[in-house]
Amino acid sequence: MLDWLPTAFLFFLGAAILPLLPRGPARAVLLLAIPVIAAAQVYTLPLDDTLVRVTFFGFDLDLMRVDKLSRIFALIFCIAAFLGNLYAWHVKDPVQQVAALLYSGAAIGAVFAGDLITLFFYWEGTAISSVFLIWARRTEGAYFTGMRYLIIQIGSGVILLAGVVLMYVDTGSIAFQHMELGTPATWLIFIAFGMKCAFPLLHNWLQDAYPAATVTGTVILSAFTTKLAVYSLARGFAGTEILIYIGAIMTLFPIFYAVIENDLRRVLAYSLNNQLGFMVVGVGIGTELALNGTASHAFAHILYKALLFMSVGAVLFRTGTAKGSELGGLYKTMPLTMIFCVIGAASISAFPLFSGFVTKSLILSAAAHEHYYIIWGILLFASAGVFHHSGIKIPYFAFFAHDSGKRPKEAPWHMLWAMGLASFLCIAVGVYPAPLYALLPFEVDYQPYTTTHVITQLQLLFFSALAFTVLMRTGIYPPELKSVNLDFDWTYRRFLPRLIEAIGKPIGAAMQAWSDMMRDGLHAMIIRLYHSYGPQGRISQFWPTGTMVLWIGILLGVTLVVNYVS
Amino acid sequence: MSTETVHHTALTLADHLPALQVLVPFIAAPLIVLFGRRGIAWPIALASSATAFAVSILLLSRVIDGSVISYHMGGWEPPLGIEYRVDAANAFVLLLVSAMSTLVLLFARESVEAEVSARHHALFYSAYLLCLSGLLGVAITGDAFNVFVFLEISSLATYVLIAQGSERDKRALTASYDYLIMGTIGATFFVIGIGFLYMATGTLNMADIADRISEQGSNRTIRAGFAFIVVGVGLKVAMYPLHSWLPNAYTYAPSMVTAFLAATATKVAIYVLLRFVFTVFDPGFLFEFNTLGYIILPLAIVAMFAASFIAVFQSDFKRMLAYSSVGQIGYILLGIAMLSQTGLTAAIVHLFNHGITKAALFMAVGAFVLTAKGSFYNDIQGLGRRMPLTSAAVVVGGLSLIGVPGTAGFVSKWLLVEAALENGWWPVALLVVASSLLAVIYVWRVLEVLYMQPTPDGSTVQEAPMSMLAPMWIAALACVYFGLDTDVTLTAAATAAEGLLAGSTGLQ
Repeated sequence: MLDWLPTAFLFFLGAAILPLLPRGPARAVLLLAIPVIAAAQVYTLPLDDTLVRVTFFGFDLDLMRVDKLSRIFALIFCIAAFLGNLYAWHVKDPVQQVAALLYSGAAIGAVFAGDLITLFFYWEGTAISSVFLIWARRTEGAYFTGMRYLIIQIGSGVILLAGVVLMYVDTGSIAFQHMELGTPATWLIFIAFGMKCAFPLLHNWLQDAYPAATVTGTVILSAFTTKLAVYSLARGFAGTEILIYIGAIMTLFPIFYAVIENDLRRVLAYSLNNQLGFMVVGVGIGTELALNGTASHAFAHILYKALLFMSVGAVLFRTGTAKGSELGGLYKTMPLTMIFCVIGAASISAFPLFSGFVTKSLILSAAAHEHYYIIWGILLFASAGVFHHSGIKIPYFAFFAHDSGKRPKEAPWHMLWAMGLASFLCIAVGVYPAPLYALLPFEVDYQPYTTTHVITQLQLLFFSALAFTVLMRTGIYPPELKSVNLDFDWTYRRFLPRLIEAIGKPIGAAMQAWSDMMRDGLHAMIIRLYHSYGPQGRISQFWPTGTMVLWIGILLGVTLVVNYVS
Repeated sequence: MSTETVHHTALTLADHLPALQVLVPFIAAPLIVLFGRRGIAWPIALASSATAFAVSILLLSRVIDGSVISYHMGGWEPPLGIEYRVDAANAFVLLLVSAMSTLVLLFARESVEAEVSARHHALFYSAYLLCLSGLLGVAITGDAFNVFVFLEISSLATYVLIAQGSERDKRALTASYDYLIMGTIGATFFVIGIGFLYMATGTLNMADIADRISEQGSNRTIRAGFAFIVVGVGLKVAMYPLHSWLPNAYTYAPSMVTAFLAATATKVAIYVLLRFVFTVFDPGFLFEFNTLGYIILPLAIVAMFAASFIAVFQSDFKRMLAYSSVGQIGYILLGIAMLSQTGLTAAIVHLFNHGITKAALFMAVGAFVLTAKGSFYNDIQGLGRRMPLTSAAVVVGGLSLIGVPGTAGFVSKWLLVEAALENGWWPVALLVVASSLLAVIYVWRVLEVLYMQPTPDGSTVQEAPMSMLAPMWIAALACVYFGLDTDVTLTAAATAAEGLLAGSTGLQ
């Protein structure tokens, strides 16, 4: 069905029609209909085929490369778009609605891109459309956050373009296929992917931007950009060993930040980073099992991460805050939201019978299978960490803990429906993973429910829970303070007191000095430029006629000399 | 057409197209003065320009496959008689000039009404048509001295047109005067260069000169001729540092004149440069190679940066665009200096794309001048909401100026980078990209002024009239169209580049 129409165009078409419809239900229905149609189309497309090819400027662009890898990502993107739009049923702001459609369309388009130029267009498309979801909050803070986000995202696109150009010059091909690191071209492309994937040290935009978006915007944002990057890595750099170590670091470092963070949406942003680490490790291992793990984990991850963002978003929507210190005791009046949140938490923690259990284990097994035991250990530790900050902390501080006295209403019906659907999918995947496994890029010969596996996982979870309880009881666990935790000082005074201070201070000072120097240098340079090029500068001021004529004379002289001697 | 060659004695109208191309506006100019009525001046100008446009389309359609039309003026055989010679390169330029002229004339009516005093209107349009026919003549003729004559016709008319800006700002008079002095020196150098060539070869027909030069090889006379011609034409091109007439001339001329000149005059001068560098002289000569490599190339790169830096710091939209033009000419010269098929294609495509981009932007300036009475940033601040259509055209044109994918500017810059990489000139490719970043800054400044700053209290500015918006948007949409559908421009430019690179043999 609809073989000739790239799936992304369905979304763009929807975005074009939307402003023409009357405000209200008609628009919301369109927002829901488009992902459904798109999902139906994606599901019925013939596999292993390039369906739409256009010639642009002498290049053959493949707009629809459909194989199992791109199909599963496109499908989950459609589902995420549907859930996000359902969750945002109450939003009347056409800017957000159009942006959400364009954003999901661009992400799906990028997944189906068979060549690097198409990929670049959609890559920038996701950047530009998504920033409106942040700006839609219409506060000054959101404006600047959006700007920072946009600069990083566009920067990633520019680096990608540079890599593509070099690639074309080197090889004469723009096909988007497996690449080997080594040439400047592939390194640039790798870094561009890494920026979107929030590699360590390139990750700050994620924690900066996602919690700054609107309640509904964050749900949409959390689904696409980073998973698109994971897909791109899986397509381009599967089996690149460095990714294993990058991924392992990614699973580790956000844990510590997440534990001390007060803003629950930011906690989720950190845990998003941690989950990406698992997928990146999977891509780095690059075996069939590992890639299956990455794809299935991305699928499950989008669902439960969206679910968690939705439940915290519902709390924010009703109470006006997502800060752990100001919440608590909400289970009394928001029981359904609490249940959905716990389901999301159980899924991300990989409880047996929930989605995380059947997908994360694929990656862990792949690591063990290829004898990366240290990595396997790190991933195991990270799993415990996830359980800690996402599995227990989020529901505990939002819905239980000390009673904040807040008695908000239950979330609106459409949010409940969206969360309910996501919860259903989380459990369905966990209980009966066969349909998901059937969608994976390679044949799956894996049985998640073995006694050892279930017991190992339960042990891990119980000891982790025990640790949390002990820490809470003894008062060692960092309490949820009323603070905006951008402040690194606070972090290391409470946490890892000496070590990080010893390392962090000089580095911080050096960074500060460096950025001061850059800023001052830039400032001085602009002043110097202004002196010569500004309106009163030597180079741009009105030249007297004589000076102009003098220049002609000089140039003629030089040209004559050059001609004379050659 | 039958396959056998038939020698026609009777010429049909279609055979006279090359002559009509120049003659229609050339005869319409005195007609306007003869009628002397202000109301009729604009329709005549528009009609003759539109006719020239139609003729140029027909001409391009005949030569786009690489063939050449040779037309003998008055039936005199060259090299004695004057020959008009149309190939892909100049047909492309003819199309650009006549199309832009027609578009600008559509736009001009209200703008001229507001900026030029009523008693000058008839003479103004008459001078405009003379300028147009001069530019068309320069592009079409195959005779070296004839190039000079047409160049002078267009230049003299241009001085008059620029001086008409004195209604708004008296500095238009000094700008015009400066350009007069500089332009005359440039033209003199050019004619001195042709004199040298005549001395060395004894002929003025370009094809003939090319033949003789390739027969006898280079000698000192020919080299001196080359130097004079390059510098003389370089001035008309506004090659850095001979550009200093351009910012003032563009800033103080009436808006429609600026739009027309920016889109066409420098482009025609570049065509002359191409024609002489590649066809009349043989690019195989060492002196030519050195001139391009040691003079044009560095100056092109300096222009890309210096002019862009100046543009960044301007506070007048119109003046900023003028400096940006100097920078963009740097890109075109860079493409020429690469001496390769791709580089030359990039130069020719950029010549066209930059022409339409600047036309759109300068027309938007004209609209601002009409409604907000000025183009300084503090005159136009916050007009994004008051004049949404004009401002949106500025956005489209600005994106094309930067070279954002999907716009015409991207196509030519991409080709330019590709050509640089082909030559192995890595640093040059990086410089092209880096200087585009400067364009981002100066374009962004305008967009910020238009959209992010508040409209001053009590401002009563309204959207520009439809007669201005329509041509402005045709140019703006052309920027997008030629950014997506690159077939026409690339084919024509590649054929033109091939013809030029074939050197004198291309003229046979």
